[in-house]
Amino acid sequence: MIIGVLGEGDPGERRVAATPATVGQLLALGYDVVVEPGAGRRASFSDAAYVDAGATVGDPYAADVLFTINAPDAARLDRLKAGATLVGVFNPRLDEELVRDLARRPITVLSMDAVPRISRAQSLDVLSSMANIAGYRAVVEAAHAFGRFFTGQVTAAGKVPPAKVLVAGVGVAGLAAIGAAGSLGAVVRATDPRPEVADQVKSLGGEYLAVRAADVEVSATGYAKQMSEDYNERAAQLYAEQCADVDIVITTALIPGKPAPRLITAPMVASMRPGSVIVDLAAANGGNVEGTVPGEVVTTEHGVTIIGYTDLAGRLPAQASQLYGTNLVNLVKLMTPGRDGELVLDLDDVVQRSITVVHQGQLTWPPPPVPVSATPATPPPAPVEAKAGPQAASRSRGLPLVAAGAAVLFLLTALSPVALRGHLTVFALAIVIGYYVIGQVHHALHTPLMSVTNAISGIIVVGALLQLGHGGPVITALSLAAILLASINVFGGFAVTRRMLAMFTRS
Amino acid sequence: MTVETAAQAAYLVAALLFVLALAGLSRHESAKLGNAFGIAGMALALIATVALALVGDLSGTGLVLLLVATGVGATIGLYRAGRVEMTGMPELIALLHSFVGLAAVLVGWNGYLHVEADPGGAGAAALAGQDLLGIHGAEVVIGVFIGAVTFTGSIVAFLKLSARINSRPLTLPGKNVLNVGALVAFVLLTVWFVRDPGIWLLAVVTAVALLLGWHLVASIGGGDMPVVVSMLNSYSGWAAAASGFLLSNDLLIVTGALVGSSGAYLSYIMCKAMNRSFLSVIAGGFGIAAAPSGDTDYGQHREIQADAVAKLLSEAKSVIITPGYGMAVAQAQYGVAELTRKLRAKGVDVRFGIHPVAGRLPGHMNVLLAEAKVPYDVVLEMDEINEDFARTSVVLVIGANDTVNPAATDDPSSPIAGMPVLKVWEAGEVIIFKRSMASGYAGVPNPLFYRENSAMLFGDAKERVDDILRSF
Repeated sequence: MIIGVLGEGDPGERRVAATPATVGQLLALGYDVVVEPGAGRRASFSDAAYVDAGATVGDPYAADVLFTINAPDAARLDRLKAGATLVGVFNPRLDEELVRDLARRPITVLSMDAVPRISRAQSLDVLSSMANIAGYRAVVEAAHAFGRFFTGQVTAAGKVPPAKVLVAGVGVAGLAAIGAAGSLGAVVRATDPRPEVADQVKSLGGEYLAVRAADVEVSATGYAKQMSEDYNERAAQLYAEQCADVDIVITTALIPGKPAPRLITAPMVASMRPGSVIVDLAAANGGNVEGTVPGEVVTTEHGVTIIGYTDLAGRLPAQASQLYGTNLVNLVKLMTPGRDGELVLDLDDVVQRSITVVHQGQLTWPPPPVPVSATPATPPPAPVEAKAGPQAASRSRGLPLVAAGAAVLFLLTALSPVALRGHLTVFALAIVIGYYVIGQVHHALHTPLMSVTNAISGIIVVGALLQLGHGGPVITALSLAAILLASINVFGGFAVTRRMLAMFTRS
Repeated sequence: MTVETAAQAAYLVAALLFVLALAGLSRHESAKLGNAFGIAGMALALIATVALALVGDLSGTGLVLLLVATGVGATIGLYRAGRVEMTGMPELIALLHSFVGLAAVLVGWNGYLHVEADPGGAGAAALAGQDLLGIHGAEVVIGVFIGAVTFTGSIVAFLKLSARINSRPLTLPGKNVLNVGALVAFVLLTVWFVRDPGIWLLAVVTAVALLLGWHLVASIGGGDMPVVVSMLNSYSGWAAAASGFLLSNDLLIVTGALVGSSGAYLSYIMCKAMNRSFLSVIAGGFGIAAAPSGDTDYGQHREIQADAVAKLLSEAKSVIITPGYGMAVAQAQYGVAELTRKLRAKGVDVRFGIHPVAGRLPGHMNVLLAEAKVPYDVVLEMDEINEDFARTSVVLVIGANDTVNPAATDDPSSPIAGMPVLKVWEAGEVIIFKRSMASGYAGVPNPLFYRENSAMLFGDAKERVDDILRSF
């Protein structure tokens, strides 16, 4: 099959759906690749580079599979051949008009932003890979607009305090922003309704600010969801306190299929120091910040800069294209089970089903919901009960057993002749000592312990020795055989234990 | 002070030294000292016994023969101990157990020949005077029985562990009836022997015990070998104790009881680690209670290559390696140790998680890793490390299967349900080194392989580890 790589119609879009590196991977999967002339120019990939990688530069519209980022306009969609598969980011949750238009055509449409958030599909998740870039770029944009250092310094010209950065929403973009801001030297704080992200924030060197509220969120989809009134009030209080304190605010809060939640109000913006910077990554979906203008940078009358770029990932075009292209390669890998250049759509596979918006002219949107495996699912209490059962039973079973043992020992000792009585006493006490001595043994020393007890049980040589010389040649022969065997044990056991113990070293 | 009283005193000291030896073995710091205590105790006991024999009626020829026998035994023992591969430890220990068992049988037979077979002799007369003749008979039978069970049981364990015979459990029809029948026969024969001692009776007891020992261990699967080996260790102790009763020797009784009870407790620890009752292990057969539900479709597994694993590892913050018997089989411990050193040098936090029943011997993995110079303080027990998997970037499962099977916690119908396992699947990425997609010893399918964060690295564990080292 032929994969066609479309150029992006939107002049503001600098990314491209395949890079020379990913073209090579596609060729390895058995496909031919046709790249539209100039498709990669704005991401610094020349046509010649694609040709060097093995692609042809020409008209991609006749291809069987088409890679794009944004949806082509109607005129270009008309040029696709019947039965073609179009892969891109179509935002089907919100852009109903586009979905209706696509469904009118005899094509299959796969939307990469609908990949379910399950671990298996992570390698195809363009939202994650783009969010990662956007989070990084947000910090770079903020640093660019911020008139000061991020890192604290003590210089001959005076002491510079570190910048304080607040990241609202700890998704992929938030984490990337935390990491980037932290490595520039800023003091980073982060908020998120999901308490389980606290560890992730800490792992990147940030401080997690929890909103004290009753309803702690446990998400079933891996994304954040809308929160209750009470929570929102307390969160607003937290944001109000933080805005007055920090220099940079980066907001990344998005709820799939809904307008972005309003986190920062105009009074909060006004409370920030002049020169402060806000980067609103949710600008395209309405913005987390009051006053954000999508695609623009505005400065409020108090001197706070609000950056509302909607193309942050596209501002790292080469990087974004490479990651996006790799996501597409992973999709093609998933859909080319034979590695033979034949794309097979398996609608029984939950990942492929989820991204299929249109299947051969039939609207298949929305897909059935996919529960996410990575969420903290409440473990079933059944195993605990099952475990408690036999344990309790064995304890109650153990008691009569101990009683029976004691009774047997009692009778045995009481009825035995004097000579045996002493031996039984010694025997019983030695058993108890053995039990307690072993109870403390470190698990790693079980093998040396066994070989040492093994050597010690070679003490039976004493028994054989005592029999030697009593009675006839048969007894002597048997004793000697026993001595030989037992001394193998004694010497071998101790020697091998020594050898093992010499190996154990501490770092 | 006579030689007899001095010997008794020496026995007491020796017994205490043995207790100290076992106590010393409980910690790394004191383990070497513990072994030295053991050697000292044994030397003391031997010297005292030889002195006793010399003042008794041991002739010059007897002494020479004794020295020759001891010398030959020592040579063989030291030779084997010096040559054994650490991966071959389980076999060696099983074999050594069989020697104790056989020695106990021989001592028991000697006891019979000395007393019961010679009713007019001095030994019989002395015992008859104390009214101990019947008890002596019972001691002979019990000693021979335990010794013989230990002997054949250990031989079978040795053969299974060294792969000379198939390690699959033998399932004879009515095997529990056979085991119980052998025990009942043993009790009846003991009573008979006490009333009317005869050489053929003792021979029958020996034969029954030999068969029972064989059958007991033959019907236990290879996966249960850690329990079997420590159980046999316990038996060898009881055999020594039984000989002690026979010979009225307190040192033998004390030492035998120490070894016996410690081995039994160790077996109990092993059984608890597998969430199985001791009886069910001894009775044998893992998959009998519940047949593995092989029909479940777990989906697709993902394959990964060595260079990708190398990349993953060098980018990881923390790595946990969970080895199993497969690492021992492939002799991969040196490569694993090298990998550990390299990753630690890069600042990656590498630790080991050892399941209590990993390998074929309690503590087997620890010995292998120690051999390859992995520092013991990064080698952790299951309980110490199980909560840390969720905070771990990459887990390498090297030759382990049942000990990392999530079905044990997730699937109540699984044959291994309730067995504590290493929760490797909670980590970011799990790489499973495996020859093929086959099940482990328990014969239970492992859903871990099909988890979304799992990837299979197929092939010989040693070769794959070497491939990873080359890819760095």
